[in-house]
Amino acid sequence: MIIDSKYRKVLGTAATALLLAGLATPVLAQRDPAYAAAREAGQVGERVNGYLGIVGNATPELQRVVDDINNQRRQVYTQRAQAEGATLEQYALTAGCLAIARTTPGEKYQAPDGTWQTRTAAAPVRDPRCP
Amino acid sequence: MIAAKLTKGPARAHKAAMRGRLMDRARLVVLLGAIPLAGCITLEAPDQPIVIELNINITQEVIYRLADDANNAIDENADIF
Repeated sequence: MIIDSKYRKVLGTAATALLLAGLATPVLAQRDPAYAAAREAGQVGERVNGYLGIVGNATPELQRVVDDINNQRRQVYTQRAQAEGATLEQYALTAGCLAIARTTPGEKYQAPDGTWQTRTAAAPVRDPRCP
Repeated sequence: MIAAKLTKGPARAHKAAMRGRLMDRARLVVLLGAIPLAGCITLEAPDQPIVIELNINITQEVIYRLADDANNAIDENADIF
């Protein structure tokens, strides 16, 4: 009976550990289908300033998707910039560098001169300060 | 006896019209005044649109310092990037 209770304790600890690990691991959520589709279609692109931009004609629906994501991004940038002792603009520009670098061929991104470019297999045209 | 003395010499009631040397000098002044106009800097509008770089004061050093954390931020918020 002693072994049983020990087992129970071990199992209980293991279960707790698993539960905690599950809670601690961030949920790597997927892009919203509307956002993913707009991105793939080249209707939205990564801007130099770390936010999404509308490439062609803006529709109210597209504007809503972009605004929603940009608001969420600003929230992330603000929190992390504060933790890093940086300004929102500094953090956002850094994230912009990286987000443009992470675009896949066919996706749109903004070049330092403000023009929209389509990502090819080659490296994107980025700000010379980008890492 | 104290004599009254004019502080300024006597002058004609009407000035004579500019003639001769006086007129030449006036022309010279006008000509000299016109010379700097020829040396004016001409400004031409650029062909390309003017892009105002608002983030020009952000240094590369800062971007490099923040890059690691920003990479994590993108990974952890993959749904909005």
